[in-house]
Amino acid sequence: MMRIPKLIDRVDFGLMSPDEIRKVSVTKVVTADTYDEDGYPIERGIMDSRLGVVDPGLRCRTCGARAGDCPGHFGHVELARPVVHVGYIDTIYNCLRAMCRKCGRILLPESKIEEYHKWIEEMREAGQKWWEMTNEIVKSASTTEKCPHCGEKRAPLKFEKPTAFTESRSRLTPSDVRERLERITDDDAVLLGINPKIAKPEWMILTALPVSPVTVRPSITLESGVRSEDDLTHKLVDIIRINQRLSENIEAGAPHLIVEDLWELLQYHVTTYFDNGVSGIPPARHRSGRVLRTLAQRLRGKEGRFRGNLSGKRVDFSARTVVSPDPNISINEIGVPEYIARILSIPVRATEHNIEELRNFIRRGPDIYPGANCMISPDGKRYDLRYADREELAKTVEQGFIVERHLMDGDVVLFNRQPSLHRMSIMAHEVKVLPGRTFRLNLSVCPPYNADFDGDEMNVHAPQREEAQAEARILMRVQEQIISPRFGGPIIGGIQDHITGAYLLTRKNTLLTREQSQQLLAAAGMFVDLPKPATKEKGVEYWTGKQIFSMLFPKGLNLTFEAKICENCARCTKEECEIDAYVVIQDGQLLHGVMDARSYKALDRCEVLDRIVKDYGTTAAREFLDRATKLSIAAAAMLGFTTSIDDEDIPPEAKERINEVLEDAQGKVNKLIKIYNAGELEPLPGRSLRETLEMRIMEVLAESRDRTGEIAEKYLGLNNHAVIMARIGARGSMLNLTQMAACVGQQSVRGERPSRGYRGRTLPHFKLGDLGAEARGFVSSSYKDGLTPLEFFFHAMGGREGLVDTAVRTAQSGYMQRRLINALQDLRVEYDGTVRDDRGAVVQFVYGEDGVDPAHSDNGKAVNVEKIIERVVGG
Amino acid sequence: MPVEFDVRQHVLVPKHEILSKEKAREILKRYKISPHQLPIIRSSDPVVKAIGAKPDDILRITRNSPTAGRAIMYRYVIEE
Repeated sequence: MMRIPKLIDRVDFGLMSPDEIRKVSVTKVVTADTYDEDGYPIERGIMDSRLGVVDPGLRCRTCGARAGDCPGHFGHVELARPVVHVGYIDTIYNCLRAMCRKCGRILLPESKIEEYHKWIEEMREAGQKWWEMTNEIVKSASTTEKCPHCGEKRAPLKFEKPTAFTESRSRLTPSDVRERLERITDDDAVLLGINPKIAKPEWMILTALPVSPVTVRPSITLESGVRSEDDLTHKLVDIIRINQRLSENIEAGAPHLIVEDLWELLQYHVTTYFDNGVSGIPPARHRSGRVLRTLAQRLRGKEGRFRGNLSGKRVDFSARTVVSPDPNISINEIGVPEYIARILSIPVRATEHNIEELRNFIRRGPDIYPGANCMISPDGKRYDLRYADREELAKTVEQGFIVERHLMDGDVVLFNRQPSLHRMSIMAHEVKVLPGRTFRLNLSVCPPYNADFDGDEMNVHAPQREEAQAEARILMRVQEQIISPRFGGPIIGGIQDHITGAYLLTRKNTLLTREQSQQLLAAAGMFVDLPKPATKEKGVEYWTGKQIFSMLFPKGLNLTFEAKICENCARCTKEECEIDAYVVIQDGQLLHGVMDARSYKALDRCEVLDRIVKDYGTTAAREFLDRATKLSIAAAAMLGFTTSIDDEDIPPEAKERINEVLEDAQGKVNKLIKIYNAGELEPLPGRSLRETLEMRIMEVLAESRDRTGEIAEKYLGLNNHAVIMARIGARGSMLNLTQMAACVGQQSVRGERPSRGYRGRTLPHFKLGDLGAEARGFVSSSYKDGLTPLEFFFHAMGGREGLVDTAVRTAQSGYMQRRLINALQDLRVEYDGTVRDDRGAVVQFVYGEDGVDPAHSDNGKAVNVEKIIERVVGG
Repeated sequence: MPVEFDVRQHVLVPKHEILSKEKAREILKRYKISPHQLPIIRSSDPVVKAIGAKPDDILRITRNSPTAGRAIMYRYVIEE
């Protein structure tokens, strides 16, 4: 068992008593002056050297440490008159409202008080939030007119923002308030949500003010030698000045009015010292008119201490710029601009093997790539190579020196794109220094980052230690992330043209000459001998595309599956398939079928790539992917592939048939409406007549849209490039195409036909109560023909709803994910297979109850029985 | 509900059994943990009452699992 030297049992949050403030104080601050003529802190001033030091050279008079080591110490100011602490103003108001002005008891009968005490005790016992009872207690107590304890009548109490109270038109001074709070008994305090053991109510009124250490409000010396003080120091100066004037006036017996004015001014300064954003008073300003940034402002908001400095920090060794594509680098690589490579550095220790190289880096210095920015001798001294005699320094370098050299080819860096929603949002890449000003990335890694090139920016971090570099290389490298643990399939794979190219190459009638074949293989980076030609015609040798693509497969790869283009015929002809959708790979040879989305598209079933990763390892998979994508692009370019709006052209007879279908549907809808108006419509079970009508109309219109699509599809064959892309799953869908060619279809808002806008109609162009297709957002035009103005308007309605939905969904799912991550972040799988939290307590005895890592299994199963049978029986 | 209803008869209640002291020690040794690092179950839990387990006992629960078919877990009985 782990030994824990000291266990924290609990943490209490309470109020500081004036005595405690004095006890922690190292000095009473009495003068508002900062430094004397010599620039030394004035004793008992607000920069007193007992409060800590920030200037180099001086020593703290409390702890004796120098600037940087001294944590700073609190001082205090004795306030001439008490003031209210703004942070507790709500609690103070609650207390005053709920208590008797005479006897100080809570304005509830003894029996009620007893009852609440019991409730609170019970809630505390059950670990519930007992202080939330306060709202209810205050609510009922503040409506009591006569004190049940002494019979005193309540006087109307008013809270004037931000810190003042008036009772029957006379002002309550903070002293009055404090005196009342003092009278609250410990038992009553509990009912007001105050634990009297750690916070007495009267401590919410300040009689002594802590003066923060100078270390939290350091003064800055400008280049001209002029000192510039922190906002908090300015505020403290105000407080002490007014406090002094106030006590002088009191001692001199000045008139009440003057004392009261000064008191109020003191209250204002103390209030703004704590929070300069309270409503009801003007914010305190600097002489220049700038609003001061005081205590609350330092903590609050996006750039406050919590969100800006504790939850998120700025880091060294990072870079950010726009990303752009580079299909020629490996998925493992990242193109880094030389400009960035000259600034990011990696520390390298000099050994007998690299010392000459490091000397050359030093000679070249920070401006000539590949050089170095800095050098560290074994005794820890840093030499900045910008200003040094580099030739001289290079000579002094010996083994054990550390040289911070420029980022170079092959270094590992972490690459990241926000929002970092899953672990593939940060992956390790190998640096490839390239000209230009953008980060370059392989197109296949777009899906895990969810990146495109419309102006996306990404970040790079350069791990410094060898251990960190090795860890990144082994665990985070792109090739190790090909399989997503989310669904156990590849998240990195071919996209768009990669799929198209592979299909064009591997479909049945593709034949290539020797020159073409070698051209393609060279593009894929393969410089190998061609296999035997498939056919010979008129003395010319031809190779099939399948042969060429097969050369990328590892030896011994066996696979059988249906391609994306498979039409799920009732009787599958397998190898004899008309459209070559039955894929057979034997011993690394593609015998039948085509390569399409099913084979190696990212986020799809990805049969081939999946198999290679799992059976041949990530390196083989990376090589396959790098080559297959390049080969496909080259094939698409060689064989020719293009698409335009003409691809959605359909002949006039098709147009006619589509129009017939639409007119037919129009007629059916009108007939339905007629039946409905005649009151003869049979309602569906559980639906009103109107709902039934809507459903029937939607049905008719949806069916008509599908029929128009089918008609259009008949005229759009597999020799149409747009159709090819949709069928093989490279880009677009048949729905997209038929919407362009035939008919867009019904627009919907909240799952229904648009119905709102004007009274009884959607737009003033229709008759009142018109329920017809075109009056309720049916778009019978195609995108290619163009929409009528009315159709366009309905289309925009549906489109807008889509946009709003996405915006809302991302916000909601983001918050949900945040909460899940916070709840689960400390869980991990130990070496014994158990899932444990940060205390080592067991959450699951076997991960997922079966101990299977989805990223290393077939379809989430521990064993793939079919595969084993196939291997044993021998395919 | 009749008083003599036995929760253990319900389809959704997996099999719970009390481990002997030696068995329990063996389990703790196998996972290298103290009893407090096990998932807990209150002694007021209906199943615990039904099998008559006392605080400081360790229960073995055998339940059906969609991933593994059968999954075994252990829970530590705590007071109320």
